Amino acid sequence: MNVTIVDYKSGNISSVINSFKEVAKHKVTIQVTSDLNKIKSSDKVVLPGQGSFKSCVDALNKIKGLTDTLNEFAITNKKPLLGICVGLQMFADIGYEETETKGLGWISGKVSKIDNQNGKFKLPHIGWNQINIVKDSKIFKDIENNSHMYFVHSYEFIPEDKNVISATTDYSSNIVCSVEKENIFGTQFHPEKSDKHGLKIINNFLGI
Amino acid sequence: MLKNRIIPCLDVKNGRVVKGINFVDLKDAGDPVEQAKIYSDGGADEICFLDITASNENRDTIYDVVEKTSKKCFVPLTVGGGIRNVEDINKLLNCGADKVSINTAAVENSKVVIDSSKKFGSQCIVVAIDAKKNGDKWEVFTHGGRNNSGIDVLEYAEQMEKNGAGELLVTSMDRDGTQAGYDIDLMSKISSKVNIPVIASGGVGNLDHLVDGIKLGKASAVLAASIFHYGKHSVKEAKDYLDSKGIPVRI
Repeated sequence: MNVTIVDYKSGNISSVINSFKEVAKHKVTIQVTSDLNKIKSSDKVVLPGQGSFKSCVDALNKIKGLTDTLNEFAITNKKPLLGICVGLQMFADIGYEETETKGLGWISGKVSKIDNQNGKFKLPHIGWNQINIVKDSKIFKDIENNSHMYFVHSYEFIPEDKNVISATTDYSSNIVCSVEKENIFGTQFHPEKSDKHGLKIINNFLGI
Repeated sequence: MLKNRIIPCLDVKNGRVVKGINFVDLKDAGDPVEQAKIYSDGGADEICFLDITASNENRDTIYDVVEKTSKKCFVPLTVGGGIRNVEDINKLLNCGADKVSINTAAVENSKVVIDSSKKFGSQCIVVAIDAKKNGDKWEVFTHGGRNNSGIDVLEYAEQMEKNGAGELLVTSMDRDGTQAGYDIDLMSKISSKVNIPVIASGGVGNLDHLVDGIKLGKASAVLAASIFHYGKHSVKEAKDYLDSKGIPVRI
């Protein structure tokens, strides 16, 4: 099996690479590239994302044909794709970080700043928080409800269709922290930094 | 509910741990990778390396340490010490650091924080503030505490938030090494002033000090070095203690 971590110069992805390589061992080939043909021939794709919504979308668009290739992979061919952090946020139609920016539009919804209730809650939401699993998701196999995951973000994805939500976390309000829509998976938290539970989620994704 | 974090810090010099845990079963007490792994296996919420390498020619040793650690520890890794510019930050992140903590460079050139937070995102930019009390205020010190910049700490903290820092790591120089506890007044004043998380550092001598840092100092996270050295307390003991005092921690 070939799994591609999309390297589109969206900031630091070494931790994502390290964690996937750790879990994959020698059973799965992990490649890190933005080469369109390699992405097309992959069995699974991981879309990381750090920095702002706008900077990630801009970085995706900078690589000619990449958005089309990802669309073909996830929407036309319905192959498994995992978005992490801003990688998940980009599934939305639109994001409001820095300026209004169009997302990939795979899951209808928007990405807006977390309501900090007039400074009552610090932003970014940094650290370990528990996830409340609200629907069976393939990536949560053998993950207990209320497991701790590592978060770092100031914006949240608000999908229109609540049925795509697989987990939420409690910070100022119920924040969507994981989605599953057919072959498309996403986590707002960082499985690559969430210790054993995080590695288990990565293992689950590789096992789909 | 978001948990308060416990962050053990390891001083690394020329690629080797100074002080450290020193357990009997440790194969190599000076190996930062092995010590970091013990911390992360013990439930540390994050690991912090402070590079105190003095000479420039040995600076690169930290990159190798970070690279090896990030392949073994799957919790956030913060690296500070000797970071001068955006290129240094880029190198550390590429080696597998999740965050960098910037001290002197943030004082000397405000562009470092502005540019790096734009380029890599605020989530990985921690500004480290060394604060020393002078009368009824605190001043920012640089160069490992040797130079007084004369800048007011509270104003500086606010400015760093504006410049794009994602967190502030605040060390009280008056308390550092004393084991007398955090400077609670300093921590709570900064924490009330800014909307980004504050990590308290400097002065921890016992587990109650960790409790005070969070409860009274309003810190989101507590950093400590010496109480974890030589096995005085394990990270797990610290977490269990905080839990028993009603502080939300990841157990």
